[in-house]
Amino acid sequence: MAVPPDVATQAQARRAKPTQELETVTIRFAGDSGDGMQLTGTQFSNESALAGNDIATFPDFPAEIRAPAGTLAGVSGFQLNFSSRDIYTPGDNPDVLVAMNAAALRVNLGDLKPNGILLLDPEGFDEQSLKKAGYKANPIEDGSLGRYQLFVVDVTKMTLGALEDLHLSNKVAIRCKNFFALGLCSWLFSRPLDPTVKYIESRFKKDPAILEANLRALRAGWNYGETAELFAVQYEVKPARIAPGKYRNITGNSALGLGLVAAASKAKLPLFLGAYPITPASDILHEMAGYKNFGVLTFQAEDEIAGAGSALGAAFGGVLAATTSSGPGIVLKQETINLAVMTELPLVICNIQRGGPSTGLPTKTEQADLLMVLFGRNSDSPVPVIAACSPGDCFYAALEAARIAVKYMTPVFLLSDGYLANGAEPWRIPKMAELPDIPVQFRSDPQGFFPYLREGETLARPWVRPGTPGLEHRIGGIEKEDVTGNVSYSPANHELMVRARAAKVAGIAREIPPTNIRGPEVGDVLMVGWGSTFGSLSAALDELRAKGRAVAHIHLRYLNPLPADLGGILRRYKRVLVPELNTGQLLKVLRAEYVLDAVGLNKIQGQPFKVSEIVRKVEQLLEEIR
Amino acid sequence: MTPGVAADTPKLSRKDFVSDQDVRWCPGCGDYSILAQVQRALPDFGVPREKFVFISGIGCSSRFPYYMNTYGMHGIHGRAPAIASGLKVSRPDLHVWIVTGDGDALSIGGNHLIHTLRRNLSLKILLFNNRIYGLTKGQYSPTSELGKVTKSTPFGSVDHPFNPISVALGADATFVARSVDVDAKHLQDMLRRAHEHPGGAFVEILQNCNIFNDGAWDSLTDKNTKADTTLVLEHGKPLRFGKNREKGIRLAQGLRPEVVSLGDGIDEKDLVVHDEHNPAVAFLLSRMGPPDFPTPLGVFYSDVRPTYEAVANRQMEAARAKLGEGDVDALLNRGDTWVVK
Repeated sequence: MAVPPDVATQAQARRAKPTQELETVTIRFAGDSGDGMQLTGTQFSNESALAGNDIATFPDFPAEIRAPAGTLAGVSGFQLNFSSRDIYTPGDNPDVLVAMNAAALRVNLGDLKPNGILLLDPEGFDEQSLKKAGYKANPIEDGSLGRYQLFVVDVTKMTLGALEDLHLSNKVAIRCKNFFALGLCSWLFSRPLDPTVKYIESRFKKDPAILEANLRALRAGWNYGETAELFAVQYEVKPARIAPGKYRNITGNSALGLGLVAAASKAKLPLFLGAYPITPASDILHEMAGYKNFGVLTFQAEDEIAGAGSALGAAFGGVLAATTSSGPGIVLKQETINLAVMTELPLVICNIQRGGPSTGLPTKTEQADLLMVLFGRNSDSPVPVIAACSPGDCFYAALEAARIAVKYMTPVFLLSDGYLANGAEPWRIPKMAELPDIPVQFRSDPQGFFPYLREGETLARPWVRPGTPGLEHRIGGIEKEDVTGNVSYSPANHELMVRARAAKVAGIAREIPPTNIRGPEVGDVLMVGWGSTFGSLSAALDELRAKGRAVAHIHLRYLNPLPADLGGILRRYKRVLVPELNTGQLLKVLRAEYVLDAVGLNKIQGQPFKVSEIVRKVEQLLEEIR
Repeated sequence: MTPGVAADTPKLSRKDFVSDQDVRWCPGCGDYSILAQVQRALPDFGVPREKFVFISGIGCSSRFPYYMNTYGMHGIHGRAPAIASGLKVSRPDLHVWIVTGDGDALSIGGNHLIHTLRRNLSLKILLFNNRIYGLTKGQYSPTSELGKVTKSTPFGSVDHPFNPISVALGADATFVARSVDVDAKHLQDMLRRAHEHPGGAFVEILQNCNIFNDGAWDSLTDKNTKADTTLVLEHGKPLRFGKNREKGIRLAQGLRPEVVSLGDGIDEKDLVVHDEHNPAVAFLLSRMGPPDFPTPLGVFYSDVRPTYEAVANRQMEAARAKLGEGDVDALLNRGDTWVVK
């Protein structure tokens, strides 16, 4: 154990205060963009995961790297839900709010549960900070926080005190205050400090003074909780009972990158990623750039178009190719994606959705690109679409997208979003040997070779690596003649090819496993979700089922083609509810596809659903049926 | 399409590079000559046919890959360099050529062109410059002369044109040359030089569109005038031109080039000697043209710089040498982990 002895022994041996056990806690750290709240939240999450809790996180930060200090626009938050049971979401309303300044309090207080723990640093409530946050009086002093358990902790002052003899500049010393806050919260919830100590030791390896300062601040925070008369109890959240196995914490972006690496390994192909930096997808490029010894080639292109174009060129060359972006970048890639549709080359296009239109809300989540990926290209342009439903699921969704791409020789959309991309959860680490192979066969026999001669079942055309003797051929964006692939303007051939491309993609439905219905097979209300709302819908379902409601939930992984059994399932419930973080995109598709009187629950605030919002809507529908 | 034909013949000829597709350019188009010279030049490179890939964008010139019996992709407007970049960096064993036009490369695809050149990916870029949009039936292009009257500019264009050679030099291309569609030998020479250059190559080919911009380059191709209107560049040789090579280029005060006649106290020693490796000379030459100067033809610039694909692949090899072949299981298990029993 790398924790300094005074901290470690305190943790185990000296239980100076009574411990109260809790099942689930939601905590939110909020401060100025420069206060290090994302780091504090991430470390607290890692500590909680190592403590064996189930966790779900929700980082929520402004698009500006450094908005003016102390302003409402500059507030950065990180919410974490940790529990001794299975949890699906980062929690609706926090039980604990840590606010480092007045602006952070103003932005977040409305969400804190009544009688919730409110931890404030008075340093962030000076006259100027209060003014910037729009407070006329200091809420710490004016009694307006009476409905909460208010703890005023001199985080900044005590951090400076703990570091006094290190002779750091004031500015540098103040930066360590987030570790004080982390130390204090770690004590309050009996979190192990090792992961954070290890983190500090490795992160500041090259700067021993900063390393020491941060460790001291962390320890000082813990010791303050232990000794100060402020807190009467220490809380504990026991390990969750989750499936046995080896676990790690993972964000959606990390999982997606690992999924692509695993897919390349399973397909025995090199991996090419063509990308242009964009929030919230860039982290995939960053991580993949470090995987060179796995045969991963990353190409930071001059623009989004070249990100997709280079990937398509690599696919033509016979490697597993992917391009990553978010909505504004996907718009630019659509022309290239249509060339991939026409040339029938495998390409995985990852769209980490964010709020739009246009630049929209770069750091906020939304699932409003569904219609764009389904229909946002010229002409009839079928592209399979797969959506991940949790951070860890991004791994499996990436594997599946790659498998479909090479098996059917088609571009495939993989949808994630800001919430999955940056959110983290404990992830049971799979063994590569457990994962199915992705068979790839390059055509090398010139006998009977035609570029557009389709395989009988999948309708895939052959994949040929340039450099293969005797199979020289040309492909391109002009309509292809069936079988030969020659340029063809024949009216009958065009209709045949449009229908062939559609049939190929529609045929993927044969492989879609039966839809998993959570809840009764027949009932009053069916919730149909897709993508990152899985957690909220699952939690809502549990709540509704506990109340004895005849409600079920299905979550669509395949959005094109839709599962073959979907139409039948939809008709077994009195009402169908489609909750989405958009104005009703899947709803529109389902209504068109199944001529169905489904209703939507739509939230377009750049924020995930609260469980209570879904429960309320379902209760309302149940009321209508009665 | 010639399915089922194995290409194991050791010595290739022009017809090995001719596809079975009917060539559909307008009769008399300069593209025919360029296609013929490419098909004549390639067999001599000693590269197996299946190792060639031709990638194009959109426009008349971009139909080129369909007529070459090699691997090929007819891409989308302006994006050939992007597609070719991904192919070349992931498949450095291939010989990747790009065929593009003045609109494709310099207008809609300008961004890809400059970035591809600065990266020095070993892509051989043939830019057919006819100074007009042909496939869309006659609008002015980014190389059309100022004041050009076309369908979209009935009162004359108000755009200052691009100089493709200057653009390529400005983008730090490592090989920049110019040739003419109808000069078979010179064009084949330039193709060979482009092929032999260890890096990215940019060749502007002055090409006649006999339908929408006929005669754009007549003064440079007409037997009676071309000796006076063109300046054939040869490395290490003084810049001389004219029917009897009686004229030359001299640097006047302020590094301003001027045309001088030899004799009367001016001899070869006074002329600028072409140095392919000197970027200043290359840029100076790129600015020459009518009415005051002859149009230079040949290699303006050639420089050896590490190629993008070589360095990128070396990084991968170095990572493998240092860390070993990646173990995906180990990667999945990186960082803090814990076991739930």
